[in-house]
Amino acid sequence: MTVKHVRELDRVVIRFAGDSGDGMQLTGDRFTAETASFGNDLSTLPNFPAEIRAPAGTLPGVSSFQLHFANYDILTPGDAPDVLVAMNPAALKANLPDVPKGATIIVDTGDFTPRALKKIGWTTNPLEDNTLSAYKVHALDLSGITMQALAPFELSRKDASRSKNMFALGLLSWMYGRSIDGTVTFLREKFATRETIRDANIAALKAGWNYGETTEDFAVSYQVKPAAMPAGTYRNITGNLALSYGLIAAARQSGLPLFLGSYPITPASDILHELSKHKRFGVRTFQAEDEVAAIGAALGASFGGALGVTTTSGPGVALKGETVGLAVSLELPLVIVDVQRGGPSTGLPTKTEQADLLQVLYGRNGESPVPVVAASSPSDCFHAAIEAVRIAVTYRTPVFLLSDGYLANGSEPWHVPDVESLPTIRPDFATELNHDGEGERDFWPYLRDPETLARPWAVPGTPGLEHRIGGIEKLDGPGTISYDPNNHDRMVRLRQAKVDGIAGVGELEVEDPSGAARLLVLGWGSTYGPIGAAVRRARKAGHHVAQAHLRHLNPMPANTGDVLRSYDRVLVPEMNLGQLALLLRGKYLVDVVGYNQVRGLPFKAEELADVIMEEVGAL
Amino acid sequence: MTAPVELGRPGLAGVPTTDVKQTKKDFTSDQEVRWCPGCGDYAVLAAVQGFLPDLGLARENIVFVSGIGCSSRFPYYMDTYGIHSIHGRAPAIATGLAASRPDLSVWVITGDGDALSIGGNHLIHALRRNVNLTILLFNNRIYGLTKGQYSPTSEQGKVTKSTPMGSLEAPFNPVSLALGAEATFVARTIDSDRKHLTSVLSAAAAHRGTSLVEIYQNCNIFNDGAFEILKDRESGDEVLIRLTHGEPVRFGADAQLGVRRNPSTGSLEVCASDDPGVIVHDAAADDPTQAFALSRLADPGTLARSPIGIFRQVERPAYGDLMAEQLDEATAKQGEGDLQALLHGKDSWTVG
Repeated sequence: MTVKHVRELDRVVIRFAGDSGDGMQLTGDRFTAETASFGNDLSTLPNFPAEIRAPAGTLPGVSSFQLHFANYDILTPGDAPDVLVAMNPAALKANLPDVPKGATIIVDTGDFTPRALKKIGWTTNPLEDNTLSAYKVHALDLSGITMQALAPFELSRKDASRSKNMFALGLLSWMYGRSIDGTVTFLREKFATRETIRDANIAALKAGWNYGETTEDFAVSYQVKPAAMPAGTYRNITGNLALSYGLIAAARQSGLPLFLGSYPITPASDILHELSKHKRFGVRTFQAEDEVAAIGAALGASFGGALGVTTTSGPGVALKGETVGLAVSLELPLVIVDVQRGGPSTGLPTKTEQADLLQVLYGRNGESPVPVVAASSPSDCFHAAIEAVRIAVTYRTPVFLLSDGYLANGSEPWHVPDVESLPTIRPDFATELNHDGEGERDFWPYLRDPETLARPWAVPGTPGLEHRIGGIEKLDGPGTISYDPNNHDRMVRLRQAKVDGIAGVGELEVEDPSGAARLLVLGWGSTYGPIGAAVRRARKAGHHVAQAHLRHLNPMPANTGDVLRSYDRVLVPEMNLGQLALLLRGKYLVDVVGYNQVRGLPFKAEELADVIMEEVGAL
Repeated sequence: MTAPVELGRPGLAGVPTTDVKQTKKDFTSDQEVRWCPGCGDYAVLAAVQGFLPDLGLARENIVFVSGIGCSSRFPYYMDTYGIHSIHGRAPAIATGLAASRPDLSVWVITGDGDALSIGGNHLIHALRRNVNLTILLFNNRIYGLTKGQYSPTSEQGKVTKSTPMGSLEAPFNPVSLALGAEATFVARTIDSDRKHLTSVLSAAAAHRGTSLVEIYQNCNIFNDGAFEILKDRESGDEVLIRLTHGEPVRFGADAQLGVRRNPSTGSLEVCASDDPGVIVHDAAADDPTQAFALSRLADPGTLARSPIGIFRQVERPAYGDLMAEQLDEATAKQGEGDLQALLHGKDSWTVG
């Protein structure tokens, strides 16, 4: 038996790539689960086509899953893979430009036929020419070895080769010292009713592990020790799952039944799927006939005293706009979740972008102020959801909660909170007459709380508080129809003042360890990780850089202007063409500088660090 | 008279009642009614306010939801809970409300433009789902609030502000549409026939699931006399077919006409009242074929031979009830949700 060496590493980025049908997302998910329970910090980036099964073996059909794991706290899924696992020629060709020289490539040679190569425009075999000479290449017939390993199962060729992803997972698990026990349990549950498939997959997984252990092709395995994390219970979680849990938790903390109205749309659908599983928490999910009905039903449920929520992506927000305006006018709690994706129109359904900021702020008729909360990491979606609900319920207003494709599908370890520590949200339903009318007490549905400017939420079933509300302008106080010019002016300003005055937004906190920074890097949403990683790099290189991140986009923290003005230069990286920058310039008259990419992918820390260091250098 | 089967009032099951005697005044808000003088909407409002006390429901558990249009101002005039929403969306909003609050009696007020044009999608899906709603569709065959454009129920060739050379479009028959959309309760009535209107409304409220009531309603400003042929005492008896469950379908001043099935085409046709083939109206029939055929009798232009009454009333579980059952079933099987356990999940690990 070969002597095997174990080499220790701080961090590794692995990318699994294959055909859409090769099971790369599952492979990545399982490797992530094993890595999470091993105790590494990690961050993931799934990347898949919008087509369910694009033609096999083609470049558009390539699906990938990137995982960054380390023995310290990391912020991004990594700029470039240290290891690429390519399950076919198309996966190799599509991902090769991202792989730095010297990196490791494990490639399944099973499908490197002249026909397959021709399909993707390769006239010679890259395994035989100099294409891969700069890489450490392990060229293995994964398909063939898997089929040999599964010979006793007498599966069809097609079924046997389907397990090659488990073989690859086993091999990589050996290479990085991950246990495969969790995956064995997972496969037992997943294929509980299909014994042969179950056993074949487990056999392929183990064969992959053993292949690494015994073959001379792999002389070295690697160790990435667990990361130091604060004491507590952890789990790995994606943004969509964390957001779903946040909504359930907020419903529980407010004592309101959760009602989700939703229409399937990528990348938000998983929230609908997830919430539909939790009926025993009193969660009602309604798959509507369209986006408009989805938000309409949620608003109707809110009128009835539920926590009305609708989940969608940018195109859905466009359709819901009129109903959001109605909710602004009705002044009822409502949470609209926008999991942003590349636009305009259908755009890039499975890719990330943060170009809906101006749409959610201003994409309605009339003066229609809506609070906006943005999550900054997959696990932060949990807390951002609770915050969105807090504002919606306390201030009787629709609230936009922004996530994006990167947060939705990406994952990271999450320090699971103690539910006792979660904030309480108080609906404070109106139950009493609230106004001295002519000779008798009556109920004014638009008599505002002097502190919050919120109106009373009186739900049907409350005797004596019968009232009518609608989209027509209402008289300040009584809430009856009013076309009076001065009243409209007053109501427009009141609705604005209510949103502007939302409490609990907090100060914009700046992280500037040296205290000597003249450059501030300000971001919002999912760029938190890449900006943080880039700022770290710049600091490591000896530069003084301050970082701040906006969670509340409307209203912004009260000190935002002061913070911006206290730096010589403010850099605002965004995955759009400068939407926050436009707001900051307009609102605070500060000449912020944008750094903008709309490539459907998160920023790379290295690129961003270069930009930051350039900006520092120019000061 | 029109209730096909005495079923009590399943549509209102779960809605709290009151022993306090109610009157029309209890349902009349302090808002001045602002429809045009002579509008058919007044008659419907009076009928609804007059008939609601008969139900004996707790007033605070009644909600009227409307869209946009003249008729959609209706909720403002009712002293109940109400939402005047946006164009076409009332069925969607009411769906969320009714599905989450089984203790409410939810009414949708809509018009031919609101329900069949901009809101057509929501209407058919509410009917298909059988949400426990009573939908009053005020059909005046014109756009009133926007001052006189043709609507999806206007007759082809109609000259309006937006169709100076005549409308090019074939109209919807709302009853046919509702039957095609799997509706469990479909009826038609006329604004000016208070007695018939009230009896249909009463049956609609009693029905569990979505009840669609098309109300022929006169817009005396932009489409005056659209239903005159049906209201005229002399012509009315010749052209109006009053459907009664379990009774032969006969009409005419002296009930001299009947309706029979043409054996070769299967469609319905007018015949002499003593024709042995005169059909018997069965609103409770599982198969909607005959109800649909009845809805096709009316001339789409003149509305001659319009049946009124309940076309169809069948039992099918209401959407909200099924939803509540699933919640109960999940809780019974898995126990009440434990938030901390949910957050921990199955694959958590502990540090420290």
